[in-house]
Amino acid sequence: MVVLDLFVSRYVYFMTVVLLAIGLYGMLGKRNLLKKLISMNIFQTAIFLFFIEGATKLGGSVPVVDELIGIEAAKYINPLPHVLILTGIVVGLSLTGVALAFLLVLYRAYKTLDDRAIMANMKENLE
Amino acid sequence: MSSLSILTLAPLLLFCFLSALFGIWRLRWAYAMALMGMVLALAAGVTGLYRVLADGRLRYFLGGWPPPFGIEYVLDHLSAFMAVIIVFIGLISLIYPPQAGLYHTPRRVVPAYGLFLLLIGGLVGVVITGDIFNLFVFLEIYSLASYALITLGGDKAVVASFRYLVLGTIAGSFYLLGVGFIYFSTGTLNMADAAQRLLPLYGSPTIMAAVALILVGMGIKMALFPLHVWLPDAHSYAPPVVAAILAAIQIEVAAYVVVRMMLTVFQPQYFIDIMPVTTIIGWVAAAGVIFGSVMAIAQRDFKRMLAYSTVAQVAYIGLGIGLANPLGLIGALLHILNHAFMKSCLFLIAGGIRHQTGLHAIPQFAGLGRRMPLMMSAFTVAALSMVGIPPTAGFFSKWYLVLGGIEAGNWVFVAVILASSLLTAVYFFRMIEKFFATPSGGDPAVEQAREPSARILAPIITLAAGIIILGLINALIVSYVLQPVAALLPK
Repeated sequence: MVVLDLFVSRYVYFMTVVLLAIGLYGMLGKRNLLKKLISMNIFQTAIFLFFIEGATKLGGSVPVVDELIGIEAAKYINPLPHVLILTGIVVGLSLTGVALAFLLVLYRAYKTLDDRAIMANMKENLE
Repeated sequence: MSSLSILTLAPLLLFCFLSALFGIWRLRWAYAMALMGMVLALAAGVTGLYRVLADGRLRYFLGGWPPPFGIEYVLDHLSAFMAVIIVFIGLISLIYPPQAGLYHTPRRVVPAYGLFLLLIGGLVGVVITGDIFNLFVFLEIYSLASYALITLGGDKAVVASFRYLVLGTIAGSFYLLGVGFIYFSTGTLNMADAAQRLLPLYGSPTIMAAVALILVGMGIKMALFPLHVWLPDAHSYAPPVVAAILAAIQIEVAAYVVVRMMLTVFQPQYFIDIMPVTTIIGWVAAAGVIFGSVMAIAQRDFKRMLAYSTVAQVAYIGLGIGLANPLGLIGALLHILNHAFMKSCLFLIAGGIRHQTGLHAIPQFAGLGRRMPLMMSAFTVAALSMVGIPPTAGFFSKWYLVLGGIEAGNWVFVAVILASSLLTAVYFFRMIEKFFATPSGGDPAVEQAREPSARILAPIITLAAGIIILGLINALIVSYVLQPVAALLPK
């Protein structure tokens, strides 16, 4: 029962770890470069979820001071992690954009996105 | 409160936009703007270093919000030292002509100047920020700029850059996760504030996990031995100027983050006793020194050899951190400075050879010494410094590392440093012999080779002269700049 309680109270963290593992496996284990990129996004999203989960408070309100609620910090959701993750999302978006541009170039040059095929092609054409 | 601490960063970010903007209108303006931004940043950086040496730490609160609420920029001995190195090497590399340095004609390199300033700006941002999340943002800024710049090297460079992007993102995400652990444990992102609030939490497994995540992330970014896999491809396919920046300062900035974590965010004691971080870094780095040197000997391609040599040289810095005594840290920080000069000089020479002759494999270089005496003399200076022959700068950082190893009683590290100097001598003396002693095999590329233009030679000669000057004035640098940093470590 202790284990179950622990799981129920912290299940979001377990989910985060599962997502991190899926992302890491995809980035390192998959051969298709596009799948690597998708896994990279899963990996980053897991971290974003971790931050957002850390910020939530049960029954917390929008972090704008309201006279009816008072000025007690415990009654408002922590806005800082949200702001951090907003920055994190922008970083992730630009990374994805740059990576997609790379994949476009690679597909035009090698006619495939398979990691091993590209490596084989590079070995053949050593200058 | 002094705005001087942020003034190194501001012109880089401002002129990065101006360079791209004016570049659309007039080609020359893109370069002029980039150059102006770098010169202003260097002036601010040198002034900042001078002020820090006179008055101590300078702090700037972004938007007037005092820490721990706002973002703080701190210029102390360590960050001012790093900022000046970054901007100086950046400026020297910018002078190098784009045809040889970026493989492209001016018409196509207009956006590259903006990216170049963004890369330097991100690196400077990492070293002057006093906020652990802001550090992550700058980390990603410089990484993104470097991914894009590497691809100027052609299709193979795109493959290398994509792999670097995936691994670099893992590194950045690990760092972010570590920051998350620290934030949720302490409620602060400011380095100085976190240092106070972390003190009672030193036994916490969450903080240990945070340290582990941050260090693995930085280990990937600084290409510490088992995590170096992205480096040889990325650095050997990147154009020479980009490779010079990446090898000379980019990976050193990740080493800076490790030192910053050890000295400012945590007490050094935490990294030495509570978690055996320095011991692990030291032994991993010792393996990396040997591995990098041996792999460098096995390479035929000049730039690839330099890339493996970078793996070995950055491990020296890890070795100095791992010794965890003041002398070792001085050696590590001095090696950051020396390696920046030596490696950027060598990569620019590789670019010069390729531009003049089209050659890139070491066996083809026979007889080049007589054709390009000035450039090859600069090569000899840089090579001697890499090996660690006295009056050159490279000798002194190894000297401090060896002294640190003796003081720590760690004879294995001392042996590793000496052995790898011999290995380094093997791969550099082999090249010097090719350049000067071996007669040319009648290759028309070598026979018709001539000394490159002054614009290629000037940065190379400046760096080579810098290597000798740094060797002569190293005592000044150590006593005024590095001693106060190393004093934070327990004897």
